[in-house]
Amino acid sequence: MLSYIARRIMIAIPTLLVLIVFSFLLMHLAPGSPFTQERAIPPEILANLEAKYGLDQPLYVQLLQYIKNVVFHFDFGPSFVYKDRTVNEIIANGFPITLTYGVLSFVVAVVVGVTLGACAAIYQNSWLDYITVGISIGAQVLPNFVMAPILVLIFTLMLGWLPGGGWEGGQWQYLVMPVIALSTSYMASIARLTRSSMLEVLTSNHIRTARAKGMPARRIILNHALKPAMLPVVSYLGPTFVAMVTGSVVIDMYFSTGGIGLAFVNAALNRDYSLMMGVTILVGALTILFSLIVDLLYAWIDPRIRH
Amino acid sequence: MLTDTGKIEEMATRMAEQDVRGRSPWADARRRFLRNKAAMTALVVLVLVALFAAFGAQFTSFNNEDIDFMVIGQVAELGYPSLASGHYFGTDDLGRDLYARTVQGTQISLMVGILGAGVAVVVGTLYGAISGYVGGALDNFMMRIVDVLMAIPYMFVLIIMLTAFGRSISLLFIGIGLLSWLDMSRIVRGQTLSLKHKEFIEAARASGVSSAKIILRHIVPNLLGVVVVYATLLIPSMIMAESFISFLGLGVQEPDTSWGALISEGARTMKFGTLWQLAFPLFFFVVTIFAFYFVGDGLRDALDPKDR
Amino acid sequence: MPMFEINNLSVAFNTDEGTVNAVSDLSLSIDKGRSLAIVGESGSGKSQTAFAALGLLARNGKATGSVRFDGAELLNAPLKTLNQVRSTGISMVFQDPMTSLNPFMRVSDQMAEVLIHHKGLSKKDALRQSVEMLDAVHIPDAKARLHYYPHEFSGGMRQRVMIAMSLLCKPKLLIADEPTTALDVTVQAQIMDLFGELRREFGMAVILITHDLGVVAGFCDEVLVMYGGRVMEQGPVDAMFDSPSHPYTRGLLQAIPRVDQLSPTLKTIPGSPPNLLSQPAGCPFAPRCSEVQPLCETTRPALEAFAEGRLRACTRPVLELAS
Repeated sequence: MLSYIARRIMIAIPTLLVLIVFSFLLMHLAPGSPFTQERAIPPEILANLEAKYGLDQPLYVQLLQYIKNVVFHFDFGPSFVYKDRTVNEIIANGFPITLTYGVLSFVVAVVVGVTLGACAAIYQNSWLDYITVGISIGAQVLPNFVMAPILVLIFTLMLGWLPGGGWEGGQWQYLVMPVIALSTSYMASIARLTRSSMLEVLTSNHIRTARAKGMPARRIILNHALKPAMLPVVSYLGPTFVAMVTGSVVIDMYFSTGGIGLAFVNAALNRDYSLMMGVTILVGALTILFSLIVDLLYAWIDPRIRH
Repeated sequence: MLTDTGKIEEMATRMAEQDVRGRSPWADARRRFLRNKAAMTALVVLVLVALFAAFGAQFTSFNNEDIDFMVIGQVAELGYPSLASGHYFGTDDLGRDLYARTVQGTQISLMVGILGAGVAVVVGTLYGAISGYVGGALDNFMMRIVDVLMAIPYMFVLIIMLTAFGRSISLLFIGIGLLSWLDMSRIVRGQTLSLKHKEFIEAARASGVSSAKIILRHIVPNLLGVVVVYATLLIPSMIMAESFISFLGLGVQEPDTSWGALISEGARTMKFGTLWQLAFPLFFFVVTIFAFYFVGDGLRDALDPKDR
Repeated sequence: MPMFEINNLSVAFNTDEGTVNAVSDLSLSIDKGRSLAIVGESGSGKSQTAFAALGLLARNGKATGSVRFDGAELLNAPLKTLNQVRSTGISMVFQDPMTSLNPFMRVSDQMAEVLIHHKGLSKKDALRQSVEMLDAVHIPDAKARLHYYPHEFSGGMRQRVMIAMSLLCKPKLLIADEPTTALDVTVQAQIMDLFGELRREFGMAVILITHDLGVVAGFCDEVLVMYGGRVMEQGPVDAMFDSPSHPYTRGLLQAIPRVDQLSPTLKTIPGSPPNLLSQPAGCPFAPRCSEVQPLCETTRPALEAFAEGRLRACTRPVLELAS
């Protein structure tokens, strides 16, 4: 088990380095300087600015310096656009917001999706099953950027029940629509995945054994079927996490929730390279961490992997 | 934006196990596909959407850039969809004809989707086939690279690319495609591994055919079924990725537009009562994505009848 | 009244291609402490007979007829009734020990839950009795291995675990569905010896389902031969081995490899098992039968007594069959 974790971490480190180097090079191979704006800046001021941000150094020196700062000091440097703020400050500002509704959405997608899918499989060909299958097919075409305006149309413009955006410290009214918009399509995918894997498990030989032993239906489902039925769902959690983090950009933008997604879009529009890199590397690190957790979860469920 | 790769992997495994029997499996598959009502309907829908994109512009006197000064400032009152005014889908908040913009958005979204999927399929197939066919240390190394790239948040990197090199449609589909070939390469590698030990490949190798030729002439054609199904299911993912980026305002640039950009505008302006601005692009988006999924599923069932 | 009897059991499955008649009009009975073998090729309906009796059919399966255990009807009975009989009255050992044990649960949990649920034992007592049962099936170092996962056992050991698990509640009837098919030949013999030993020890009745007439001889009192979902021949094991009365039984007996007769070729029955989607009008075995006559293709022979305790379903009289 320990060597398994160690092996996973051995892959994680180069992955993170590749991500840093790759995005760094992308930025610096870009034509023009980050300060090339619509408004022309006098050359001597430009030179000063570049000196301040270390842009006059050779590329590899900049890269090594950047890696050193990120890895050892967890410092993403100053923002190129907001002159008085560091990338760390901007991220620290938005990250808790993204984390709040992101974690909520993730939990909703997994819990509701698994419950719906498992019930649909257990009561196969019932109305519950048909509804679940219908929803999960329909939700394929309802990504977050489609769900968000539809929700606002219904709950804000037509019914007037919920505010169309804002955060207000995360009061529940401001959380409902972001969470639904972000979680729906993944909830549907998880429900579909759970249903088909549960159906498969319920016809497997070891479930037949449990039935032949005279175990009650409840026990068969909870103790015998649920774990194996979860395996495909668990391996889907990694991609779901990445997709949700990506989707949070839409949520932040459309609902003005103020998470790091908004900072990222603004950075992209303003060519604030250091902020974009900071967010990307943070997201990449989170992704790697999460896929490590998923792998451990997988090994915890399936004893055959552990040995 | 996620394609369920599990089913396609299963299909790949089963298809690799089958004996290669000339062209007749394709005839069977076509017969099964033609009998699949949902898939056939979806195919008809796709053809209609494609015709709309190709010839829709012929049926209106407006183009996607011109502003109708008759309605400007009073879009909610005067810019509604109407046959009389010639604005079949209404106008957008700037008074531009939404029908012409939807035609143009459909062109761009379909193009980016299909070309993006094409890039991903070509890169993924070649990468996977080479890795699986050569095997050994190279295979190991190439697959480690895939592992590493898998953990990269590709949408963020794509946005960085678009920011750094300027927004253009070609960069958009190349970027989307180049960042989505990873699953494809894994599936193809797995199938190549099992094809590699089939008699006809060994025979070709024994008679001195070069590796490059074996990969292109013998391995790749036998992967066709899986590749076709995967490509069909990849197109809607690509369209979604493009729409996502354009929704954020980081994709296509004005006056060009795409479904994502149109949905974004519609979502922004619907509070002014111009609901048609959201409804028409959304309708085309939803219908097309649905149709691609049904055609993809139909192709999979047709090529792999055991999956039932 | 026999302890366990099946009357006119039919099992059908609804599939996309049509209705598959897996078992047609099957009857059998077994008394306390006796042993019966159900023999047939794969797809002959022998396993589905057992699954139907214990309510284990797949969702698309439908059973009609009657299955009685100690006088109580089991066929299509409510789950509650079935669960009271399962394990305590009738236990089952399955074909493939690799997949029939739950790979995600420790053997200890899988065994203990039977005793906790059916006997109301505490976890501690249940584990103690589980160890005793593992000892009884000759698993070395049972106390330590109790807490293993199934994949940590070899195939033969897993089947022993499976057998131990089925015996925990001392059932009156054990149904063993091809218990040795998935195992190595040497292990097969050990497992059959174990069955014989446990039968003497626990005094239970056994229904052995197998495609291998070879293992039947030393083990069972009575044999029932199935083909295409129907009984072809039924009777005491010795009589049947001495004078098989059905061409199919003869074919099966000739297909057993024997050490004492050095024949140059091993005889097989030509052809393949019948397609159960279409029910032929005549004898299901007719297309492969070496003794086939025109009548066989049109009339399905009934299962009739022809000697003391023996039944056969064949239009040809016994004496007419070439010996």
